[in-house]
This record gives sequence, structure tokens and C-alpha cells, in this order.
Amino acid sequence: MASSEVARHLKRENIRSLTMSGHVGFESLPDQLVNRSIQQGFCFNILCVGETGIGKSTLIDTLFNTNFEDYESSHFCPNVKLKAQTYELQESNVRLKLTIVNTVGFGDQINKEESYQPIVDYIDAQFEAYLQEELKIKRSLFTYHDSRIHVCLYFISPTGHSLKTLDLLTMKNLDSKVNIIPVIAKADTVSKTELQEFKIKLMSELVSNGVQIYQFPTDDDTIAKDNAAMNGLLPFAVVGSMDAVKVGNKVVKARQYPWGVVQVENENHCDFVKLREMLICTNMEDLREQTHTRHYELYRRCKLEEMGFTDVGPENKPVSLQETYEAKRHEFHGERQRKEEEMKQMFVQRVKEKEAILKEAERELQAKFEHLKRLHQEERMKLEEKRRLLEEEIIAFSKKKATSEIFHSQSFLATGSNLRKDKDRKNSNFL
Amino acid sequence: DKQDIDKQYVGFATLPNQVHRKSVKKGFDFTLMVAGESGLGKSTLVHSLFLTDLYKDRKLLSAEERISQTVEILKHTVDIEEKGVKLKLTIVDTPGFGDAVNNTECWKPITDYVDQQFEQYFRDESGLNRKNIQDNRVHCCLYFISPFGHGLRPVDVGFMKALHEKVNIVPLIAKADCLVPSEIRKLKERIREEIDKFGIHVYQFPECDSDEDEDFKQQDRELKESAPFAVIGSNTVVEAKGQRVRGRLYPWGIVEVENQAHCDFVKLRNMLIRTHMHDLKDVTCDVHYENYRAHCIQQMTSKLTQDSRMESPIPILPLPTPDAETEKLIRMKDEELRRMQEMLQRMKQQMQDQ
Repeated sequence: MASSEVARHLKRENIRSLTMSGHVGFESLPDQLVNRSIQQGFCFNILCVGETGIGKSTLIDTLFNTNFEDYESSHFCPNVKLKAQTYELQESNVRLKLTIVNTVGFGDQINKEESYQPIVDYIDAQFEAYLQEELKIKRSLFTYHDSRIHVCLYFISPTGHSLKTLDLLTMKNLDSKVNIIPVIAKADTVSKTELQEFKIKLMSELVSNGVQIYQFPTDDDTIAKDNAAMNGLLPFAVVGSMDAVKVGNKVVKARQYPWGVVQVENENHCDFVKLREMLICTNMEDLREQTHTRHYELYRRCKLEEMGFTDVGPENKPVSLQETYEAKRHEFHGERQRKEEEMKQMFVQRVKEKEAILKEAERELQAKFEHLKRLHQEERMKLEEKRRLLEEEIIAFSKKKATSEIFHSQSFLATGSNLRKDKDRKNSNFL
Repeated sequence: DKQDIDKQYVGFATLPNQVHRKSVKKGFDFTLMVAGESGLGKSTLVHSLFLTDLYKDRKLLSAEERISQTVEILKHTVDIEEKGVKLKLTIVDTPGFGDAVNNTECWKPITDYVDQQFEQYFRDESGLNRKNIQDNRVHCCLYFISPFGHGLRPVDVGFMKALHEKVNIVPLIAKADCLVPSEIRKLKERIREEIDKFGIHVYQFPECDSDEDEDFKQQDRELKESAPFAVIGSNTVVEAKGQRVRGRLYPWGIVEVENQAHCDFVKLRNMLIRTHMHDLKDVTCDVHYENYRAHCIQQMTSKLTQDSRMESPIPILPLPTPDAETEKLIRMKDEELRRMQEMLQRMKQQMQDQ
């Protein structure tokens, strides 16, 4: 803020500005802050979005001058995934906890309509984690590992024509959630004149489609001029390489072609140095601040509004979070009671119905039982009757048999002739 | 003895000359299709190959416009002449291929186009007046593979598999000036592996005769080993080492399109135009077209036996001899027909007698 603005602001708040008569010493405050932050260590999270093979890992390696382990991904992943790796780096006495998140399989699928969704989901998930921590009763924000994405490097393919449709779609869905810095990847395939036209075309496409990319801040006088100039050179045309090539009597990071050597840190060859300056040396802290004060706050507001919290009540009176929370809790409680009642009723009803059905079944069963019993009785009586008759017949028959035998033996004794026997036989047959 | 030699001389050794003369008089035609995502340098390469600008009035679409763009087929035909030999060159462009967000089956308009040309030729060939048949069949398709990845992508595999049995596919690594020599080697190897793995049939250079000289055989070997060609195109002329060459000017050096140490452009040009142009045409006629024709006829005859009332739009040429299986079926059906006819006769008799 300019000093006149500060003066006006103070006047409004009824604060007088005074001059001191000696040296007090609070000018060391920034240094104290710096010391504290050095002790704490810094944390920075970069998201790299780009097609498979476009050079994301190589560029990060070159930016941080380290060979982070990585391997080539396949072109045949069915969906887009995100891969995050965290590293601890140190430069002089400053410790940096760097998290690099890469897209895997971006731009490979035949149908790319859903390709941007996993990226959006990942960014939201990091915001959500932070929000949860912030809302905790016992929270430890001081030691919380902030995983929110501070910058998204979007790698544009160097076709020389314009953005790809996927690029437009993805950036439109990311620009309200993260600071986007678009870069032209593998820029050693675009000649100088082509590059000018290409950059102009890209920026005009972004502007005409309302894509908000990150602007280097111009409010701080010490860096405003540089930043403004850099803003005009976006998107940066970068070349990455960790190969060492001897040029003259120096060994530099470069790519050796049959027709020449592309030096990564030569500003005539590409914008790598500019990117490193802007991203790491000058504006890293601003990127973190923007993420926290702009993107995260937007996410938080939307999320809480979804949950039903507002800052202003129905009569336009400010509503405190606690009141809203209580109101919500009450509402939920009431809702829960009602649901419980409902379920109880339903349960009782069902039990009754079931009981009725079972009773009915029981009755039927009983009736059947009776019926069968009766039948059974009848059958038995019939059978008894039959048996009785049969027994009588048997008795009658055996009586007759007995008498005939006696008769037979008597007649045999009385006569001894065969004729008698024949007659008897005839008689017996007759009998 | 001279008289003996005269008697031995018949004169048909001049046939090649006669063929040459007649062909010069007739002129040649060639249809080349170029396919690949936009921004891979297709038009620049065509310009470099044929040294004419076919795309003067081209309008490039912006990203927004391309989101739901469909694939178009654009034909540019030019007549060019060199030392008395006339060539009618047709370039078939495929703008929009692979550019939309959803590219499912984006090669369908292209396969339809190729089939249509085959069908047209088939009709013409089977027609009564065959004096002026125009051959619009696609003789070769240059497919541009992006050099920014690690190898083939799903859309590349999908396209090539849809077209490899219909047209000669020559895959190229586009914009090869973004790859250092070791990267080019690795990428070529990877692409060759993947082409094998996915069972894609790209155009194979024919074997050279065993009685050719060593130089020629060496050249042929080098050609085969360089596939897929890593190409760079340019429509600007720059000054390099005191000479004016076609190339691209960078702050770190000049890429010369026709320098064999820089890229395979010369190999591609020689193969496509100077040595294999006619072979590409021959393979198209003898293999791809014949496959199409046989398939077409089979489909038509199977349809005819199902529905004998259908009029065939094209006069049917004599069927190839059917195999044992089909013969048996035919005989059975004949038997059945005969029996039915006899029955009908008998019934008729009966009715008459009554």
C-alpha cells in the first residue's frame, strides 16, 4: 500500500501515526519472522500436468538441479492418475520440503472427456484435508504437513499452432483452484519467429476463453518491474536436460544435436532461466500465499455454504458460526428423531403383519391336521372291519377243514378198498 | 560374323523403352493420404516433398472450435511435370483427426473414404465402358507419430489397425528436430516393437533381387533399418555454409532438411517418389484392392443365395470354384428341390384324375 493510503486508512480507524524520538528496534521484526520460518523449514508443492513424455520430470529435475528418481510411463493407461513424491532439499541453511505431483496417462486415452476430473479431485482432496484439520477441536496447524498445491505447471505441446482442446478444457476447470503457470514444453522444436506467433496465439486463446492464469505480482515496488516484464513473456518456452555437454571451455546442461547444442541456461535459447527466477527465486512465497488466501478460501467458502453455514442470517443480521452450528445440530437431531420414530412405526407394523400371517398359517395347518386325522380314523375303522371279516372266514374255513379231515380219516379206517378211496376222492372233490 | 549377329537379333530388348515411351505419353497418377494429429507438420512435409504449396488458403481452427470438430476429408489435386513426365498428384488431407476431446472411432470417416474409392473402382471396372477409368484409390498413407511421447499412443494403434488391410501405411516420426540421435534410435526401436506387438501391418519394402550389386543392396538394407523415418519439413530456405538450403533456423544452429545426418527426409523422398512409388501403386492394386473385391463379392453372393429375387446392381462375374463343403450343401439342396417337385407333380396328377 502507498503511504497516503496507509494514512487515510489509519485516519478512518482513529489511529494516530506518531514519530519516535529514538531507535526502538522493532525493525528487526522481519528478521525474527525469517528466523522462525527458517527454523520451521519451508514447504512447496508443485503439480505438473502434461501429456506422457512431454518432459515434466526432466524439467523438474533441471529446475531443482537434482535427479529425482522417475521412470517412463506407458501410453496405455486406461485412466488419468496422479503420482506424488516428497523430497527434502537443502540450500545453504534453508530447508525445503518439496512435493512433486505428476499426472500419469494424461492425454493418452481416446476419449479424454473425463481426463481433467482426477486432477480436480486431487486438488480438492488436499484442500479438504486442510479444512478438516482447521475445523478440528484439537488441531496442530503448526506441525501440519501442508499438501495443498501451490502451483500447477501446465505443459503445452509445441505444435506451433494453438492450444489443444484438452488443454483448454483442463485449464478452465483448474484456474479457480490453483495457480496455473503454462509453459511450452520441448521448445527446442519451435524456431524463434514461430515462437513469437505461437505465444501470442496461446495467450489470446486463453484470454478469449476466460482462463485465469497466474500473474506475477506487481504490487511490490522492488520486483514489480521485473514481474511485469515476465508477465508479458508468458508462456515460458522451456527446454529441460540434465545431460552435461562441453561448450567452449565450460560444461553446461544442454541437448546435443547434429546441428548444434541447445543450452538450457542460455537465455537466447529458451526461457528456462526466466522460469526458474520467477517460480523459485522471486515468487515462491507469493504462490504459497495466493494458494492459501485465494484458492483455499474459495474452496472453504463453497464447502461450508454447501453444508448450510452462512455469515448472514435471514434478517440480514450477522450470524456466528456457533449459532449456525447449534441450529444445524438441532435440525439434524430433530431429523434423526423423526427418522427413528418412522422406523419404529414401520417395524411395529411389519411385526404385526407377520404375526397375522403366521396365525393364519397356523390355523390352516390345524384344520388340515383335523381333516387328515378324521380320514385316518375312517380308514382304520374300515380296515378293522375287513380284518374282522377275514378272521371270521379263516375260522370258518379251518373248521371245515378240520371236519373234512376227520371224516376222511374215519372213512379210510372203515373200508380198506381203493374203490372207497376213489369215491372219497370224488366226494372230497365234491366237498 | 555380323550377318550371324543380325540373324540372332530379334529386337524385343527394346520393350522397356517402348513401355517407357508409352507411360510418359499416358502420364501417371498417385494418391497420397496424410494423417495424424494437427500440429505435427504434415502440410510442411508435403510441401517439402513435392516442392509446391498446396495449402495456400488454409484456415486453421482454434482450440475452442476444435472441441467437437468432426474429421473431414479434403482432397487437393495438382498436375506437376518433370522432364516430360506428367504426374497427377492427389493429396488427401484428414483435418480434425485426433483433435477432439473424445476421439472414439475418429478414423471411421477415413476408412469409409478409402472403401468408397475401392467401391467406385470396382463399379467402374465391372462396367461396360471401361475406357476412362479414374483411379482414385489411396496408394499410400503417411501416418505421423508424435515425437513428444515414448512411442505409439492408443489413437495411433486404433488408426493403423483400422487401415492396415486397406491401404499402405508408412509411419513417420514427425518433427524429429526435437530428438537427439540417441533418443531417435530408442524411439524407432520402441515403435517397431509396438508395431509387432499390436500386429499392425505397415508397408514392407520389397526384397531386392539377389543379382543386384552390393551398393544397391546396402542402400536397401539401410532403408529398411531406418524405418520408421524420422522426418523434418520446411517451406523456408535459409543460408547455411554459404549455400541456400531448405531448413529451419535456430539460435543454436540450422537444421537442414536434406542433410541425411539431420533427418531421414531424403530417405523418405527417395523411397516414396524415386524408387517405390510404383510399388506402392502395385501393392494397392494387387493386394488391398483385391482383398476388398473378394470380400465384396463373397458378401454379395451369400446375400443372393438367401434372397434370389434381389437384383444385383453389378453384373456378377463367374464364381470361383466352391469347395467341398459348399458343393455338398448345394447337392443336398438340389435333391430336396427335386423331391418336392416330384411330390407336386404327383399331387397335380391326383387332382386331375379325380
